[in-house]
Amino acid sequence: MSETKEVTYRVREFDPNRDAAPHWEEYRIPYAPGMTVLDGLWKVKELHAPGLAWRSSCRMGVCGSCGMLINGKPGLACNTQISELATDVVAVAPLPNFATIRDLVPDLRPMIERHRELMPWIVRDDVGERENPTAEFWQSPEELEHYLQFSYCIKCGCCMAACPTYATDPRYSGPMPLAQAQRYNADSRDGGFAARRELLFSEKGPWRCHYAGECSRVCPKGVDPAKAIQLMKRELVLSYLRLRKTKCPSQLAKKPAGIGRREGIPEAPAPTV
Amino acid sequence: MMRDAKLWTWHVLAGVVILVFLGLHMAIMHMDAILGIFNPAGGHPVDWGNVVERGKSVFFTVTYVILLGAALFHGLYGLRNILLELNPPDWLGKAIGIVLLLVGLGFFALGAWAAVAAHTLATSL
Repeated sequence: MSETKEVTYRVREFDPNRDAAPHWEEYRIPYAPGMTVLDGLWKVKELHAPGLAWRSSCRMGVCGSCGMLINGKPGLACNTQISELATDVVAVAPLPNFATIRDLVPDLRPMIERHRELMPWIVRDDVGERENPTAEFWQSPEELEHYLQFSYCIKCGCCMAACPTYATDPRYSGPMPLAQAQRYNADSRDGGFAARRELLFSEKGPWRCHYAGECSRVCPKGVDPAKAIQLMKRELVLSYLRLRKTKCPSQLAKKPAGIGRREGIPEAPAPTV
Repeated sequence: MMRDAKLWTWHVLAGVVILVFLGLHMAIMHMDAILGIFNPAGGHPVDWGNVVERGKSVFFTVTYVILLGAALFHGLYGLRNILLELNPPDWLGKAIGIVLLLVGLGFFALGAWAAVAAHTLATSL
């Protein structure tokens, strides 16, 4: 970063109602220490391009809306300081490997649809308990560790944008849906391995992954989808060879005995959903 | 639907087979001064006497055929994956699979015949 108090934003813009192809536009905006790439985009919108479109919401790396290609690397605009780019030029483009709806807005529907196909929720036979829970399912801290880091995923799509296999093979599910399938397969409360297996055994499964590791490198939440995919391959191969130990989903935890509510603490309000 | 899981699993297992048998090959051919295994005639591992002795062995004939099958499957499956990453249309992807299957079967038949013929020749000497 030089001593100048301005930075140049190179923004890839595309309006399907107006443009035949995406094009790059340049804007100069004032820079202040602490500015994120997202702050800069708001400044571009305020000063130069009121029609510029992107997604953002929480501004703190939690919602996963503002995933975009920042100086050639997928990342969250709200989570990237301009100063850490070490340049006066900030180039922003929509996430690659997705169609562009407009400007910096990628069409994430293929990712979300594949995510849904792989049943990213606890699958159990005891539907009654799932719908009307009476207690918690038991899980040890060690069992929690098996999937905890994968549960930090915010579905921003950065891993999908960085994956060289997803870039060339639309049948491959990509790192996010596969890592999330592994997150539930590894959950001791889940009994859905057999239900997910058919899809995972097919060409939509992890077989085309050759461990480039880019998904893990770019993940803004520190999730390691590449590891999830390798763990999933191991489980699926063991299952194919009939060497995988089938395990029952964990049972309900017993309610603690001899513990009562202390005086003066009100009852929790009734659930609203 | 299981096809991809099946092919990948056998790809890995073929890799293990290659590792074991290539290890054996390296031990026989390049570590003879230390190990001196499977060289009953003494001298260099590729001396005529040693080659004939190994050719007479059913164990070696079987390992040649298994190694040939494993190497062909492992290599051609890898090649298929590389070609499919070029994102060919469906018909071309299927054609690549069929051509590589036929090439693999052809080379396997030729190699297996050569191994058995070498065994037959060696036992007749």
